[in-house]
Amino acid sequence: MSKPSGGTWAPSVLRRERRGPRNAEQMFPGSSGKSLFGKMSWLTRFCTVWLILVILAAALADLIPGLPDPNYQGFVFGDGKTNEGPTASHWLGTDNVSRDILARLIYGARVSLIFAFSLVTIGIIVGGTLGSIAGYFRGLLETFLMALVDTWLSFPALIGLVFITTMLGMRNLVVLVLVGAVFVWPSYTRIARATALSVSGQDFVTAARAIGTSRKRILVREIFPNVLPALLAYSLVGLPVLIILESTLSFLGLGVEIPTASWGGMINQARQDLLINIWPAVWPAVTLFMTVYSFNNLADWVRTQAAARSAAI
Amino acid sequence: MAVSEEPTYTSTSSESMGGSEILRVEDLHTSFFLPIGELQAVRGVSFSLKRGRSLGIVGESGSGKTVLARSIMCLNLGSNVKTSGSAFFDGRDLLALSRREMRRLWGTEIAMIFQDPMTSLNPMVKIGRQVIEHLRQHKNVNRREAKQTALDLLNEVRIPEAESRIDRLPHELSGGMRQRVSIASALACEPSLLFADEPTTALDVTVQHQILNLLSREQRQRNMTMVMVTHDLGVIAGRTDDTLVMYAGKVVEQASTDEIFEKTQHPYTEALMRSIPRTSQASHTPLAAITGRPPVATHLPAGCAFSLRCPYVQPKCHEEDPPLVSIGTSGHKAACWYPVGSDANREAFERNLSDRLPQTLAVAESLDADQSPGIPADLPDGGIA
Amino acid sequence: MSKMIAIRLTRLVVTVIVVSFVTFVGVNVLPGDPVNALIPIDAQQDREFVEQVREEWGLNDPMVVRYGRWLGDAVQGDLGRSLITSQPVTDEIIHRLPITLELMAVAVGFSLLIAVPLGAFAGYREGRRSDRLVSGFAQAGLSLPVFVTGLILIYVFALKLHWFPAVGWNRLSDGLGPNLKSVALPALSLAVTEIAVYTRVLRSDMIATLKENYILSARAKGLTDRFILFRHGLRPSLLTLVTVVGLNIGFLIGGSLVIEYLFAIPGLGKRLFSAIQQRDFMMVQAITILITVFYVVVNTITDLTYMVVDPRIRRTN
Repeated sequence: MSKPSGGTWAPSVLRRERRGPRNAEQMFPGSSGKSLFGKMSWLTRFCTVWLILVILAAALADLIPGLPDPNYQGFVFGDGKTNEGPTASHWLGTDNVSRDILARLIYGARVSLIFAFSLVTIGIIVGGTLGSIAGYFRGLLETFLMALVDTWLSFPALIGLVFITTMLGMRNLVVLVLVGAVFVWPSYTRIARATALSVSGQDFVTAARAIGTSRKRILVREIFPNVLPALLAYSLVGLPVLIILESTLSFLGLGVEIPTASWGGMINQARQDLLINIWPAVWPAVTLFMTVYSFNNLADWVRTQAAARSAAI
Repeated sequence: MAVSEEPTYTSTSSESMGGSEILRVEDLHTSFFLPIGELQAVRGVSFSLKRGRSLGIVGESGSGKTVLARSIMCLNLGSNVKTSGSAFFDGRDLLALSRREMRRLWGTEIAMIFQDPMTSLNPMVKIGRQVIEHLRQHKNVNRREAKQTALDLLNEVRIPEAESRIDRLPHELSGGMRQRVSIASALACEPSLLFADEPTTALDVTVQHQILNLLSREQRQRNMTMVMVTHDLGVIAGRTDDTLVMYAGKVVEQASTDEIFEKTQHPYTEALMRSIPRTSQASHTPLAAITGRPPVATHLPAGCAFSLRCPYVQPKCHEEDPPLVSIGTSGHKAACWYPVGSDANREAFERNLSDRLPQTLAVAESLDADQSPGIPADLPDGGIA
Repeated sequence: MSKMIAIRLTRLVVTVIVVSFVTFVGVNVLPGDPVNALIPIDAQQDREFVEQVREEWGLNDPMVVRYGRWLGDAVQGDLGRSLITSQPVTDEIIHRLPITLELMAVAVGFSLLIAVPLGAFAGYREGRRSDRLVSGFAQAGLSLPVFVTGLILIYVFALKLHWFPAVGWNRLSDGLGPNLKSVALPALSLAVTEIAVYTRVLRSDMIATLKENYILSARAKGLTDRFILFRHGLRPSLLTLVTVVGLNIGFLIGGSLVIEYLFAIPGLGKRLFSAIQQRDFMMVQAITILITVFYVVVNTITDLTYMVVDPRIRRTN
């Protein structure tokens, strides 16, 4: 079955009987699927499975039976070889200081995912709250806040992050998240405020006020729940960006401190012996790409589903 | 500029009897496939048009008139459209032609003027270029000739100071001017068939008159065949030779324009006439709107589509869809089981009146007590606007 | 209209001052006592000596005064001296700025060259196989961090095929050929993601444009698809191009820093990096402020362009 097109140009040869879609299913592929999985293309299904796998592995890393210690440098103790290919005890081989690659991948996933999800959560909570308040209450508070946000957003993020992380004495995940939060909150605030602004103008808010609801209650029960979807949509795109950010910082040596595994850091360390053995660089690169790509793919899928639903109304 | 610089052009049937048949549409069906279902926009339209004649297609929004025009021209964009049937132009079935062959006809043989002059011109391209760009492509004229042609055309459509206007962008012109530019553009390659899709709907009333006169004049001077699509009876009155009335994707009445006005057969056409406000009526006379709403094209009723709103409706109307049949000998066709003016129609009206059918009551109220149902006698046939 | 421009320009100046001041404070506050970079370790115990040095360098003055002093010097071209090399900062910046600019310019130019036809084509063929292919590649391009792209390119084209150098840089003044060889892989690394971003934007722009009524008019005149695409379809997208390049400048700045690190290119980004690590706060200050000002200026220009060009052309009164 050929996939339909929904564009404004007819197919290149006019035929009397056109090969057009006959129903909603063909226009928005998958929208008629029964289960959630049924609505996805094969690629999206693969991406979803991959993400679930990665998240589970990262969360349950400590419980995985037989997983070697990601920081154990066996060759120091005469117990392992550097730059080894896949073996029974090291399924993906070892890196240039004989640490198990698979284990480091899994623990690295932990770092990236925690970083990304924490920042997104902080963004939603902090940015969402501030933005909702600004958009609903308006006035001096809004002006001041948005001026602050605009100025804050005038700093290129990576430069600032590079600078601050270099200056820090200690760089563990918590510290990194806090530093990241500094740069993340303005964009969420902006979106929250814009959404709150439009929501505040709608009738159901005026109606709530008319029956005497306190402004605080309106904020919590009417404004914020309607701001949330916009923030969630933004987060969906933000997650892959944050994962890339974390890996870039680790690559520059400014992420979590050295012994801790992280995808970017693994790639950086593998650079030294790249000509001898590319695998310690390839595995984290592939994992990184697949994870980011899966998030992007899923975000697009969500967007298409939303479009399909609103088109059917 | 004076409001009416020229007299209204009326069509006289004897002069424009027309030559051979230039367009013959047979059983045209067009459907759109949407997420909510199949939307049947055109449901079996057939008609023929002789060279040099003008045809008006009248209907409400959603009646399928624009889709019909675009289907004939094969301009329906989007591949969720399916058109079946035939549209013979000079003997060739347009719907069977390839895109390349159609492209040779577009602009050169068949042209279209669109409704909204604000958006049908590219805001970033000078109007001079938009008028003759297809001329250069189809007929390979050089720049200088093309520019001269553009100037000639702009003058012909009465755009003042064409020399300076030719290099302007559309947003620097008024709505009426822009529509004139569109007309000039449509005429550039001297097409033999011109579709005008609601050419005056988006314009001021004062400008409408001028544009319609311009179109009529061009049609006569070039001996062009013209199809005018509109929702406004006043636009076609006295300007087109023949008229097609469309409702819910079908032709419900077809006749010469004079006969449509003088001997209305279909209840819908009659209702349209009745709903036109007239200056002879006392002020604050309530508008005689047609009760009910046009049907949703995805859920059409069985039987006649107008049955839910018709003041003369009878049980048969709900069950069987009336075919388009000739009434009399003058080529007048109507699709109704109880055409206006017939005895059956009068009886149906009386029956519904005693049954206190809402739409029938509404009609009765809007008539003078001593007039039987039919079109008001004081409707001029020389243009309404 | 001109009032809006004036407002924007005032905001620009204010933002530049605020941003540079905050950066100045940040640079001087975070690394701890900058005095320690000025005097040898063993002398740091001598309180009097330390105080003396502080007085000399004006480190005891309030921040605003220090900033004012720095700004005064800066507008005259004096950005101080590097604490490590003792060379004037301005000289080093002038020496290195063209390299970074060349890297970014080549990346953007190449990306536009590829993305404009690609995005337009994908928009034209919306929903068909070719569009999905292009969109798929764009999605993949967005998912590759610059350093991964860079490493792949280095491995394949430099280490294995030896077509390009893996590290180092040949200046333009030393010859165009070697310079192009140096800039090829780094610019390409940036370009891969840039192309993905631009293609997406241009594609949706084209899709929206093709739905406009004037495209239907053009078609009804019998114009060929190619003519309509290039002469009618692309025009509104030119504006979008400008804004998208401007909006993406943040990525370009950060990305070129990473690329300079990876390819050991002697540009501004790499210098900043090493300066931060060496606590050379004069250098850090100058480069960071320069970058931030550049970022703010580009954003403002983008905003202004959009404001000035868009209403005139797009608005149909």
